[in-house]
Amino acid sequence: MFKLLKNLKPIDYIFMALIVGLVIFQVWLDLTMPTYSENLVNGIMGDIDLNTILINGALMLACAFGSLGSAIAVGFLVANVASRLTYNLRRKVYDKIQNFSLAEINKFSTASLITRTTNDIMNVQFFIAMGLQALIKAPIMAIWTITKIVNVSWQWTTATATVICILVLMVLLIVCLAIPKFKKIQTMMDNINRVTRENLTGIRVVRASNAEEYQNAKFEKQNNEITKTTLFANRVMGIMNPGMNLLMSGLGLAINWIGAYIIKSPLEIGSITKYMSYSMQVIMAFMLLIMIFILMPRVLVSAKRINEVLDTKDSIVPGRYTDENPDGKASVVFENVSFKYPDADEYVLHNISFTANEGETVAFIGSTGSGKSTLINLIPRLYDATEGRVLLDGVDVKDYDFEALNKKIGYVPQRGVLFKGTVKSNVNFGDNNADDEGVKDALSVAQASNFVSRMGNGIDSDIAQGGTNVSGGQKQRISIARAVARNPEIFIFDDSFSALDYKTDRKLRSALKKHTAKTTKFIVAQRIGTIKDADKIIVLDNGNMVGIGTHEELLKTCPVYQEIALSQLSKEEL
Amino acid sequence: MPRRMMVAEKAEKGSFKKSMKKLFFYCKKYWWWIALSMVFGAIGVTFQIIGPNKIQDLITLVATGLRSGGVDFAAVGKIGIFLVCIYSVGAVLSYFQQFVLTTVTQNLSKKFRRDISQKINRLPLNYFDTNMFGDVLSRVTNDVDRVGQSLNESIGTLFHSVLLFAGVLIMMFVTDWILALTVIAATVIGFAFSLIFMTRAQKYFNQNQRNLGQLNAHIEEVYSGHNVVQLFNAKKEMGDEFDKINKRLFTSGWKSQFISGVMGPIMGFVGNFGYVAVCIVGAVLALHYGGIEYIGIISAFMIYVRLFSNPLSQIAQALTNLQATSAAANRVFDFLEEKELADESGKTLVLDNVKGDVEFDNVVFGYNPNKIIIKGFSAKIRAGEKVAIVGPTGAGKTTLVNLLMRFYEVNSGDIKIDGVSTKDITRDNVHNLFGMVLQDTWLFEGTIKENLRYNTVGVSDEQIVDACKKVGIDHFIQTLSKGYDTVIDDAVNLSAGQKQLLTIARTMIENKPMMILDEATSSVDTRTEVLLQEAMDKVMEGRTSFIIAHRLSTIKNADMILVLKDGDIIESGNHEELLKAGGFYADLYNSQFEEA
Repeated sequence: MFKLLKNLKPIDYIFMALIVGLVIFQVWLDLTMPTYSENLVNGIMGDIDLNTILINGALMLACAFGSLGSAIAVGFLVANVASRLTYNLRRKVYDKIQNFSLAEINKFSTASLITRTTNDIMNVQFFIAMGLQALIKAPIMAIWTITKIVNVSWQWTTATATVICILVLMVLLIVCLAIPKFKKIQTMMDNINRVTRENLTGIRVVRASNAEEYQNAKFEKQNNEITKTTLFANRVMGIMNPGMNLLMSGLGLAINWIGAYIIKSPLEIGSITKYMSYSMQVIMAFMLLIMIFILMPRVLVSAKRINEVLDTKDSIVPGRYTDENPDGKASVVFENVSFKYPDADEYVLHNISFTANEGETVAFIGSTGSGKSTLINLIPRLYDATEGRVLLDGVDVKDYDFEALNKKIGYVPQRGVLFKGTVKSNVNFGDNNADDEGVKDALSVAQASNFVSRMGNGIDSDIAQGGTNVSGGQKQRISIARAVARNPEIFIFDDSFSALDYKTDRKLRSALKKHTAKTTKFIVAQRIGTIKDADKIIVLDNGNMVGIGTHEELLKTCPVYQEIALSQLSKEEL
Repeated sequence: MPRRMMVAEKAEKGSFKKSMKKLFFYCKKYWWWIALSMVFGAIGVTFQIIGPNKIQDLITLVATGLRSGGVDFAAVGKIGIFLVCIYSVGAVLSYFQQFVLTTVTQNLSKKFRRDISQKINRLPLNYFDTNMFGDVLSRVTNDVDRVGQSLNESIGTLFHSVLLFAGVLIMMFVTDWILALTVIAATVIGFAFSLIFMTRAQKYFNQNQRNLGQLNAHIEEVYSGHNVVQLFNAKKEMGDEFDKINKRLFTSGWKSQFISGVMGPIMGFVGNFGYVAVCIVGAVLALHYGGIEYIGIISAFMIYVRLFSNPLSQIAQALTNLQATSAAANRVFDFLEEKELADESGKTLVLDNVKGDVEFDNVVFGYNPNKIIIKGFSAKIRAGEKVAIVGPTGAGKTTLVNLLMRFYEVNSGDIKIDGVSTKDITRDNVHNLFGMVLQDTWLFEGTIKENLRYNTVGVSDEQIVDACKKVGIDHFIQTLSKGYDTVIDDAVNLSAGQKQLLTIARTMIENKPMMILDEATSSVDTRTEVLLQEAMDKVMEGRTSFIIAHRLSTIKNADMILVLKDGDIIESGNHEELLKAGGFYADLYNSQFEEA
């Protein structure tokens, strides 16, 4: 948490100083007001004239307004400090994540990174806004008020102190009993979720086994547990309100009752009401502190999660090579490349070596988990090879500056990824800079012209957030057009054709061949049909390269390829 | 636009009433308990209101006593003790109110959860074709939780606040009508003042919510498209967009933060304002009517002011809460009111000890009545035969199995087992006749033994080990640290093949007269497949079996091969016959060996 506070700017410190000043002013007003009410009450007992009433009343009113005014000013400053802090923090986290590689993204998971950038930071903002004020106000209020009342009467002081002790003890006890239960309830909720999910995903098995009652019984067990624990926690928490009311009323009564004994003159009776106000203030101050204490754990978790992101070291650092085309040939060489995920024990890729020459199409096939996608992700450095080298144009990809490396690559991910904007802005994404004709050409190569022209505004048609207004296959084709418009040295298709039907798949590949003859292409595929006419097919099995060659060669020599071909041919041919 | 909003609002109100009514009847069982808690609450509030009145007496006693030279300590003590009693009993009663209410709402939540969970198993399978699991899950957890939580909080608060408000109002007028009017006027003025803020607040809250939504959407887009953003050098472009939204969020953020932050002080001011008004007006009244008794009245009113302004904001809060409850309750009730599977308690015919003759008689079926998938399918299978069903994706292979198991009901035609229509026996009875192995292996978090035994009763540990030995997974299980008592969860790394072997063992333990294997080997590599095949051969021994598979080696040994295309059988016979016929199947088979 304190680490995050380092993000405060000088102006924030000025604001905080102002806040302290205003809070002192406010506390002073709050403490002065009871004096006037004391005057009034005492005056009634003695002899009072209308003028005195009005003067005292006006002063009280002034105090009330003044207190409100400074509270509003404090609120303004606090909101500013909190919002600016989170504004900067959000920027920082976002920038940090932008520089993450796939390895870090996977380590945290996208969903978790989103919550860290949004919810967790909001939690911090909320806490700073509430907590900062309380943290400044509570001690000032408590100490000042105590000095005011401590010498009035030891009986009253004892009563107030007793009530505060009981109050603090009670709240602490309740919190200590209930909070762990609330945490437990969270895991129990996960259990409920798990059992239900189990039932849903296995619904056919459940029904086939007539195991409905079995599942119900299992659910009921979790259901009973969560109900029991929640009941306990809620019953404990339920003490809070009546308990607090009782203590407050009790203190009021005690002050009056004691007052009956210690007040000796009718002209002092106003001090009872004054003392009541003061004791309430003290209690309020303690309540504020307790509230911070309760809010703290949650925000500490959030702060920790944010710091985890900010403290992550970039695992992939750029090189300095910026030359566009060192040897003039778009060749890619894998030299004894092995790869394992950071923190993992087992290698995902073992000792892969091959060469792709300019203009060649190299395809990768293998069962799920065989390492195909990982392998081609090594070229644009989404991951870095653990051992061995990947050379692009004769230069190790690790030696390239990121931008220079990216400029050479046209990458199409597994799922089509689109961004809010227009078709054009999606094709001309990032540092692509095709003119309208170029965009149209790219769309036509990607077999997207037809549906784009039907979208109403052609290439200026809107694309919704995440591309939700086009179908999966259409998204994929626009993604392909984006890579084409880049005019790259090499294409990387990470299983990008699976969302397309066979006919479009074939048309697209022949258009690509015609349009981008000199470009080296890497294709990961599931379907034999997609890669049949590749120059080189590399067969992967459990991270090992078990075959390389053309379709015909592999059918004769590579058993794994034969298996895959056989399993698919029925589908293909039918 | 405004018109549409009004319509939406109306619908909202209608559904609010409807869901509250449903909720009311849903907790029928607890009506008496709720009533009891209300009585407790009412008594508690009454005591809370009597308090200031007695304090007033006490102060008057002191004041007159001081004037006349001696305070009547006995009388003061009497009032004090009375108040201690009242406060204590009041606190105990309001705790009881809370206690009963919590018990009721938690039991209600439990009932909700149980009903939803059991409902899952009574819904026809096609419900899950059109609805996402996540949706059902969030009803079991989030929605039920929300209903429980907010009922717990709002109902008690609402009841308490309304009573308190009314009670204080009455007591104030009974005590002194001028001061009562003063308090009301001061509170109204105070609230009017805070309204100036409130009305603006909504605008900023909405704006902030909108900006937050935009930021979320942008972040989600960029984070999930991380690769593309990086590789197309679009970091700056996206970062600029982020900056724009972030700046807007900063502005709307501090504004709404500011407003919600000063809400507390403003409410405090409303209280203070009332307090000041009571002091001034009280003093003036005392001046006019001569004052000692006013001292007590003023003291009482200082407490009333606080009691009076709190309930108002609490009532507003509780009503907003209930709105959210209503939305959540609606989602829960919607689910509970879904149409269930037909009741079969009237069926008495029981089929056991089956031989295993299966007949499809002109079966017609479509998941959607407008789109028929199985168009008049007929086939006769003799007991003990292995039937392979082949065909391209979408030909209706799995659908056939779904019909056989009566997961779905045929549109027309009939499926007979040993000459008895499956319509004439219960679904449970049908399920008892078939063991199933599916493509998606399904294991749950529990020990291996629990997973294997699952729902089957009277299975000894020896039988379990025996089955595992037969399918060849016993050795692997022995290598695990706790053997058969190892808990299967994320920490235990089972391969797809091992999981499938376990489900085959489970099916073997169930020992049902017929078998269905639906693409059981699709998700494993070729080496594991051989193992699975051996295991499945053992399970199928002597049983009528239906096998859906892609790999022709699996299919070759079947007694009958049904070639399905577009919901029709286009060929049937055994491997040799079909090859000889030289049709679709022969084509398919030969094309694979072209290279050989």
